Amino acid sequence: MTWVLNNLPAIASYLLAHVSQAVPAILATLLLAIPIARLTQWLGPLRGILVSGASLLYAIPSLALFVILPVVLGTGIRDTLNVVVALTLYGLALMVPTTVDALDAVDQRVLDAATAMGMGPLRRFATVELPLAGPAIVAGLRVVTVSTVSLTTVGAVLGVRSLGWLFTDGFQRGITVEILVGILATALLAVTLDALVVLCGRVLLPWTRSTHAREEATV
Amino acid sequence: MNYLGEAIAYILTAANWSGSLGIGRLLAQHIGYSLLGVAVAAVIGVPLGWWIGHTGHGKGAAVALAGAVRALPTLGLITLFALALGVGLSAPMLAFIVLALPSVLAGAYTGIESADTVAVDGARASGMSEVQILTRVEIPLGAALLVGGLRSATLQVIATATLAAYTGAGGLGRLMFLGLKTQYYGMMLASSLMVIALALLSELLFILLQRAVTPVGARNRKESQ
Repeated sequence: MTWVLNNLPAIASYLLAHVSQAVPAILATLLLAIPIARLTQWLGPLRGILVSGASLLYAIPSLALFVILPVVLGTGIRDTLNVVVALTLYGLALMVPTTVDALDAVDQRVLDAATAMGMGPLRRFATVELPLAGPAIVAGLRVVTVSTVSLTTVGAVLGVRSLGWLFTDGFQRGITVEILVGILATALLAVTLDALVVLCGRVLLPWTRSTHAREEATV
Repeated sequence: MNYLGEAIAYILTAANWSGSLGIGRLLAQHIGYSLLGVAVAAVIGVPLGWWIGHTGHGKGAAVALAGAVRALPTLGLITLFALALGVGLSAPMLAFIVLALPSVLAGAYTGIESADTVAVDGARASGMSEVQILTRVEIPLGAALLVGGLRSATLQVIATATLAAYTGAGGLGRLMFLGLKTQYYGMMLASSLMVIALALLSELLFILLQRAVTPVGARNRKESQ
């Protein structure tokens, strides 16, 4: 406990570094997954390749990807940007197949109705398709959020600061408490960000709440 | 991109394959650790998963466990175990088992659950005992999903085995950490490429295995649908 109290500022700075790598990666995943998924739907035959390609991406070990990216991006190996890009790629590997499924699940008749009402493709996508696929997309994003927060720690092995620093430092100096604090802080951050995703989902998709309430009322 | 050339040259140099830090030994270690980790997880997880799937008991606990493990940072687990158990193989192995267990468990119980209730009831009606239903109906019908669980468990362990070298165990991660320390990035990249190749190879083998274990009847039904 004294270790924790004595090192609070350091823990806070690692937490901040962790957030500044994980959160941009999660947001980038969400923003990129939707257009990529849409494109995948249009591409027809290429679709299978894109979806299985996304899952093969997840087969790349995180440490290996963290090492390869600097070569591809031309950045230094300890650059934070590598970590953010790597985390975004892993996020996309999980998120693209989920988003394609979510968009596929939207009832074709609803889309036809929207077209019949005179909606253009863009408006139909933004105001009908995306909101209906929303709950499934939020569910996918929750998985991405938790795994991204956990994966961010691996960067510490390469010298990028994050909560993972508490593991490598704790191991080198033989401080078990430090490692435990790192695990606890990482898990708490994951749970907090997950709750935030759920909250954002409720605010942005208010009707999911009301249908839920209606279902409960009819039961 | 000259690191990439350096990495490929490193792999192609015969001299780098032998010796205590040779690719041959490290690759064998990496494969050995992965197989052992998944095997131990399977010995614990498969019977437990079959029992959960057949009886329906403890499913909530299994789902909660899988969620909790996903949030645990692997590096944290490995370093924690390494401090408790000392450097060597036992610490990373324990972490591999913890990582692999949820996937194996999920594969086993979703496999059992996926067995068509008509088939299960039919088996029960024709006088099969519960053990016979499990071994002759549910397990064969769920085999493909079980293999799917083993597949993702193996993939995770192959990826994580890279971190084993951090606490002094061997495996391909050894070259990664050595390269990091000596700023020999070609060597790091070489070991990354080999880990990726290993992961893809395991995926391929499991896809073939998954096809092989699907009962012929179930396969035809899926195709006709």
